[in-house]
Amino acid sequence: MATLVDAPPRPESPAPPKTHRNAGVNRLAAMLVSPTLLVLGLVVAYPIISALRLAFYQRNDGIDPETGVLQTGDKFVGIDNFTDMFTGATADRFLNALWNTTTFTVVAVTLEVVLGVLMALVMHKAFKGRALVRASILVPWAVPTAIAGLLWRWIFQADGVANDLLPGEAVLWTTDGIQAWFAVIIADTWKTAPFIGLLVLAGLQVISNEVYEAAKLDGASPWKTFWAITLPLVRPTLLVAVLFRILDTLRMFDLPYTLIGPGKNATDTVTILAFEEAVKFGNYGPASAYAVFLFLYVAVVAYAFVKLLGADVIGARTGRKSR
Amino acid sequence: MTATLDRAPVRHRSRFWWAPYLGIAAIVVYCLSPFYWMLVSSLRRTNDIFDSSPIPAPLSLDSYEAAFAANNGFVRALGNSFLVAGVTTVLVLIIGTLTAYALARLDFRFKNLVLAIIITTSMFPGISLLVPLLELFSNIGWINTYQAMIVPSMSFALPLAVWNLTAFFRQMPIELEEAAQIDGCTPAQAFRKVILPLAAPGVFTTAIITFIAAWNEFIIALSVVNKKDLKTAPVITSQFTGTTQFDAPFGTQMAAGVIVTIPLVILVLLFQRRIVAGLTAGGVK
Repeated sequence: MATLVDAPPRPESPAPPKTHRNAGVNRLAAMLVSPTLLVLGLVVAYPIISALRLAFYQRNDGIDPETGVLQTGDKFVGIDNFTDMFTGATADRFLNALWNTTTFTVVAVTLEVVLGVLMALVMHKAFKGRALVRASILVPWAVPTAIAGLLWRWIFQADGVANDLLPGEAVLWTTDGIQAWFAVIIADTWKTAPFIGLLVLAGLQVISNEVYEAAKLDGASPWKTFWAITLPLVRPTLLVAVLFRILDTLRMFDLPYTLIGPGKNATDTVTILAFEEAVKFGNYGPASAYAVFLFLYVAVVAYAFVKLLGADVIGARTGRKSR
Repeated sequence: MTATLDRAPVRHRSRFWWAPYLGIAAIVVYCLSPFYWMLVSSLRRTNDIFDSSPIPAPLSLDSYEAAFAANNGFVRALGNSFLVAGVTTVLVLIIGTLTAYALARLDFRFKNLVLAIIITTSMFPGISLLVPLLELFSNIGWINTYQAMIVPSMSFALPLAVWNLTAFFRQMPIELEEAAQIDGCTPAQAFRKVILPLAAPGVFTTAIITFIAAWNEFIIALSVVNKKDLKTAPVITSQFTGTTQFDAPFGTQMAAGVIVTIPLVILVLLFQRRIVAGLTAGGVK
């Protein structure tokens, strides 16, 4: 731009104004970006650091065995909260919750991806009724998860509609046990598969038709075309969608909480455990230890996902060209 | 199913013309039937609640009357939800628009670091932030306040808004600002006088998406508030009690669920094209 204005360009002249302008741009950018960073620092960075500290403390109540004085406040317990998670009295509950969290994530996300891709392929073929299908696909996304949990709790009642539609004896879906685990998977799949379908559809729409025509000329079967062309080309979109779904499912709370309720072996997640410990019992130490563990778990999964599958999160989220 | 659908238009155009329609019908039924069941159940009489006919007969608004009964505090809860989601949305948009503009348009040092920070924060599990905030809020007397719901909500709403807005700003032709700057505008003026008015649709779409996310928030509102007057609509709906403690009032819950969801469904129906564009803009480009 400087060259446009200063008509006869001299070799050295563009450089000084550019650095001058860059300083101004940097200052402007700092001004524009700092409110966001400040808020994120307050509501994200500070709590994370604070959780790390809290995880090494326990509430100190009861009577000091030596002095006989009633104690209050917190006491430093080192890594006790963490070792308790794996070997203490509540270890079974935690390991069970970790298992549930992991199996929910693996099974639900797999189902959602398969269904979502199928939906996207169907929508991509359909030229009529797009508005209808787009509106209906947004409905499960828009229903608040907590309300979706109540809705599916109603559907899965002992004398509810799910048992009416299914043959055989009534299943006690919402009590506990493997059927409760399935109920959560079904409800989660209902709520989020359409969303994945929406994202994949957007990915399908940017694939040029010529690629398909070339494949057709080469005599590729539809099945082969899907695996060799469609899937590789929607891969970047799909990977980002899957990563965000995995992270979302690892912190699952609303659905098992309202659909089945807390304190159930089959459906308690790590988040439910931490919530109960903090809100119900006020044990911020152990609750923070759960929360820190979940944070690390999520971080490792996200890192592994990006490294192994090469999900280009920043690139895909912000566009490849940076100006 | 895939194979059939893929083949249909190619070789057997006439024989399988119905396949895409069948697929579309299946998707619509899949997405809408549970919601339809909520609507139908909410319109039954309390005595017919376990009826499984697809159309309620006779129609009854008993459940809605029960949901709005004074002792439930449901009206107040709806107001609380509007307040919390509304304030969150406005705050997030003000802060997020500025940042998104810088990320989309300005070339500055540490830009990639800022992007990485914003994306990473949105990946953090909510509970990891909530436990320490809960401890903090109980120390500074913020339990049972609106700000205790609004401030933590920004942790997920702000990255969401910044992404969406950044995608929108990127889609706008940069020539506009270049023209404005050649005409003598500073970058700040170009933003205020040229970009912002043109970005209004994108800002509006982001507002809808952020509002829906904030409106649907559950665990924060459930944790930091235990006074009935301050509970949000999803929380109070999940805590409706029947005549006895073990009797879950499903009709009332379904009616309340419909009321809580209807504003969102209306937004979705009115702005479906824009919402889809907004949801996918960040993910695909």
